[in-house]
Amino acid sequence: MSTCIGAAAAGARAVTATSSAGLAFMYEVLYVAASSRLPITLACVNRTLTGPININNDHSDSMGARDSGWIQIYAENNQEAYDNYLQAMRISETPDVRLPIMICQDGFITSHAVENILLEEDDAVKKFVGEYNPEHALIGRDHPLAVGPYDTCPYCMEHKVQQAEAMKNAKRAVLEVAADFEKTFGRKYGFFEEYKMEDAEIALVLIGSTAGTAKVCIDQLRAQGIKAGLIKIRVFRPFPAEEIASALSHVKVVAVMDKSEGYSSAGGPLFAEVAGACFDLETHPKMIDVVYGLAGRDVTVQDIEKVYRHLLKILETGITGPRYIHMGQRSSQKEVF
Amino acid sequence: MAYNLRKELQKPERFVAGHRLCAGCGAGITCRAMMRALDEGDKAVITNATGCLEVSSFQYPYTAWEDSYIHSAFENASATACGVEAAYKALKKRGKVKENYKFLTIGGDGGTYDIGFQSLSGAMERGHDMTYFCYDNEAYMNTGIQRSSSTPQFASATTTPAGSVSTGKKQNKKNLTEIMAAHNLPYVAQTTFLGNFKDFHEKAHKAIYTEGPCFVNVLAPCPRGWQYPAHLLPQICKMAVETCVWPLYEIIDGKWYLTYRPRKKLPVEEFMKMQGRFKHCFLPGNEWTIQTAQEYVDQQWETLLEKCENI
Repeated sequence: MSTCIGAAAAGARAVTATSSAGLAFMYEVLYVAASSRLPITLACVNRTLTGPININNDHSDSMGARDSGWIQIYAENNQEAYDNYLQAMRISETPDVRLPIMICQDGFITSHAVENILLEEDDAVKKFVGEYNPEHALIGRDHPLAVGPYDTCPYCMEHKVQQAEAMKNAKRAVLEVAADFEKTFGRKYGFFEEYKMEDAEIALVLIGSTAGTAKVCIDQLRAQGIKAGLIKIRVFRPFPAEEIASALSHVKVVAVMDKSEGYSSAGGPLFAEVAGACFDLETHPKMIDVVYGLAGRDVTVQDIEKVYRHLLKILETGITGPRYIHMGQRSSQKEVF
Repeated sequence: MAYNLRKELQKPERFVAGHRLCAGCGAGITCRAMMRALDEGDKAVITNATGCLEVSSFQYPYTAWEDSYIHSAFENASATACGVEAAYKALKKRGKVKENYKFLTIGGDGGTYDIGFQSLSGAMERGHDMTYFCYDNEAYMNTGIQRSSSTPQFASATTTPAGSVSTGKKQNKKNLTEIMAAHNLPYVAQTTFLGNFKDFHEKAHKAIYTEGPCFVNVLAPCPRGWQYPAHLLPQICKMAVETCVWPLYEIIDGKWYLTYRPRKKLPVEEFMKMQGRFKHCFLPGNEWTIQTAQEYVDQQWETLLEKCENI
């Protein structure tokens, strides 16, 4: 990451890839990259953070970096991961954004999957991504550039606020680039994907490859007349709070699925964000947090069905019960579902 | 062309006045001399580790650097410089950059011997075309004079304070110059501020204009940490060399050369007595500390002489 910071400041495109502890090791410099407003692209193959050591998939690595000032885009499958990479540089290099971007996908589940995807021609991709010629750089410009000052109290907060504004601008940039991507390559992207949400009474909100599993489950439940739906988050930073609230406004019961543990004692990070986003809704859906799939724990269609069945029970009884649940534990205590 | 200080001083300054370093600080002197070693017309990018120099020379919205400069963090100055250098090569290949650039990295002993060591070692091993200058003031001066692996034995630091139960730091100074030599670099040198700066200038120039990764270790006293009146800095540097506490030498393609041999090697106390950090060594009952320091310097010096080709 330090090398990418140097290269990006020098005016080149800088790309790196990491996972798990490798990302955690970069924690300090992730903030340096974002605050220096360097549009670096990082491929993050999501794997759990050590403690105890384990190498399998969950989102604890990138969730730990969620406040570092990076744009974060997640993928369900390899086609989406590929398409997100094609859009990454244009989003992060947008002049009123200039923030680094993390393209995330589930470790092993999609990173090691054998899967057919549609590859675009190099020429078309080069044309879509374009050249990068930043206005200021350490080398090759008429004026020298100074990067990374000691930022004193009279200025530092202003710079942090500018960075926060840039992240707001990234919302617009994500949609603009997605629109051009659809026009060029035909595949449509937004902040999140809604699956059978129009009339959904119960819904899940989740990130990543589990969406595929949930969609199969939804099709089965729909065949039984159960109005189940799914929101699959693509863009976690910037967080599309208003849009998610709007998409959930008509839903009765929601389970937010966290694939990382925040040890907050009150739920995972995605739950906190979604619950916060819905706070201003006139009528709230009932909402629970299901922490699942940590450290590579497998998630099957049956597991997802249990969650929907639990939501149905809440819908029928009107009693939310425990709001912070861990899925499928080896435990002598009675399972919530 | 023979070195001429007067002529060198006529070059435009590239590290300018207005920085906030203390009077009598070795870091600013290192920077001015380092920048003077660049040939006029050559552009440069300076990478700097966090430390006194960084917070004093680039406080937003002011900078003392006339050239492009980047600070990223404490531990990663070398890795950051690698990125700049790699980008330069890539952009130059594509015709996006026309001019010639030199890549200089500078850090204190904390950012070099300790926190930035992994980054430095990796950058040197990968062979980036850059020169790393360490301004070695032998402790974490910016954060309040905590000991580093460069602090010499018996120096009093805030984390190794001398007093009734302690005689300062227990361990010897890490020999980083030799560790860098073990990386088989094309050029490694040790210098400090002496007389007309010929030794510093020639070594810095050689390092900057030798292709590949080069390392220059500069003994750069700190008036707060070493506790001396600002005007005594040149004498302290001179005594460091005359006592062989800080020998001057260079290693060119694996061959060691002594660049200065004191006519008469002075006792180590001549160096120590000028500094408050060794004051306790001169108290009755602590004579053994000076004796131990002398034995260590003698042993190091003899080992160095054995390595040098020109002895």
